[in-house]
Amino acid sequence: MNALLFSSLVLITSILAGFLGALTGLGGGVVIVPVLALIFRIDLHYAIGASLVSVIATSSGAAASYVRDGYSNIRIGMFLEVATTTGALLGAWLVAKVAPSSIAVIFGIVLLYSAWSSLRKHAETLNKPHAGSLSAKLKMSGSYPVGKGREEYVAENVPAGFGIMFVAGTLSGLLGIGSGAVKVLAMDQVMKLPFKVSTTTSNFMIGVTAAASAGVYLSRGYILPGLAMPVMLGVLAGSLAGSRVLIHARVKTLRAVFALVIAALGVQMILSGVTGRL
Amino acid sequence: MALSDQRLEIAMGHMLRIGVTVAALVVLAGGILYLSQYHGPIPDYRHFHGAAATYESVSAVVAGTLRFNSRSLIEFGLLLLIATPIGRVVFGVVGFARQKDWLYAAVSAVVLGVLLFSFFTKR
Repeated sequence: MNALLFSSLVLITSILAGFLGALTGLGGGVVIVPVLALIFRIDLHYAIGASLVSVIATSSGAAASYVRDGYSNIRIGMFLEVATTTGALLGAWLVAKVAPSSIAVIFGIVLLYSAWSSLRKHAETLNKPHAGSLSAKLKMSGSYPVGKGREEYVAENVPAGFGIMFVAGTLSGLLGIGSGAVKVLAMDQVMKLPFKVSTTTSNFMIGVTAAASAGVYLSRGYILPGLAMPVMLGVLAGSLAGSRVLIHARVKTLRAVFALVIAALGVQMILSGVTGRL
Repeated sequence: MALSDQRLEIAMGHMLRIGVTVAALVVLAGGILYLSQYHGPIPDYRHFHGAAATYESVSAVVAGTLRFNSRSLIEFGLLLLIATPIGRVVFGVVGFARQKDWLYAAVSAVVLGVLLFSFFTKR
């Protein structure tokens, strides 16, 4: 296969992955890594490296639109980035220590969890703000637009949320993904933040988290220019298109179908890891 | 002048969008150059070759970019891309300091420290 044909195939696949990632809200990384590894038979290190770059692009590219809506919370985001970036350093360091077959199995589990979490119903339960003293000291509260007015919220269980964010960062660094599903788990389920605030703040954090692994990835040679180029451009284009479709279309059925695709990729990754094919 | 959170966030959002746009254009230019010059079979991506094969340092990438080396140009675009979220954190340090929110200026500085550690530690 020559370079032009290969780059074109990877580009088209990446556009699809970015599109699918945006529609499911999971990000392009969780789709592109298994596809590169399982279908294109690319070494897992290179697949992870190319994906990480695309994750930074997607997070930054989407920023301007969700910032305008006033849902994301920069203080909560910045504070939790202390956990995600240190976790990402650990994860990126672990890539060289953990066998690729084990990384594949972990990846598969994260895929299955992500598929499940994208299908779960998100009941918007706003509890009365009763912040712990830590949350108050850290000014982890805010308000977000609901209908005509604004609704107040306060972060709860800050230490537990911080801990889960560290795990999210480690997974991001180890697998080259944004691990948005785990970040949303920490904010939405544990810290009891409104779902919209959780998802937008998570998107904001993903780029910074991935940048923390990128330095390690570069110096270890995981990021190949010839491969990262079509992956980054494709995933970015696909995810921008996907987020536009999201605004205009009801995608419930589509989302269910895609969640099944992601679950199937997860099973495939686990099998490949267990049988030692990756 | 006090800088409201909303304005700080919007400034960050603009910065991210501009950064990613410029980075994508540079990567695209490098990619077009790469594909127009290189017609051979694809390199071996199936096996990991370690750190030797790729990226050396920022100065090497810049030097290669100035020679219009296609791989260096792509790498330069990727460095711009990675610098974008780091720039956002720098924005955070400055913005929170202007609000005299020293706690969050410090939190942002810690995040910045972790990011810089990732880039400037030699392994």
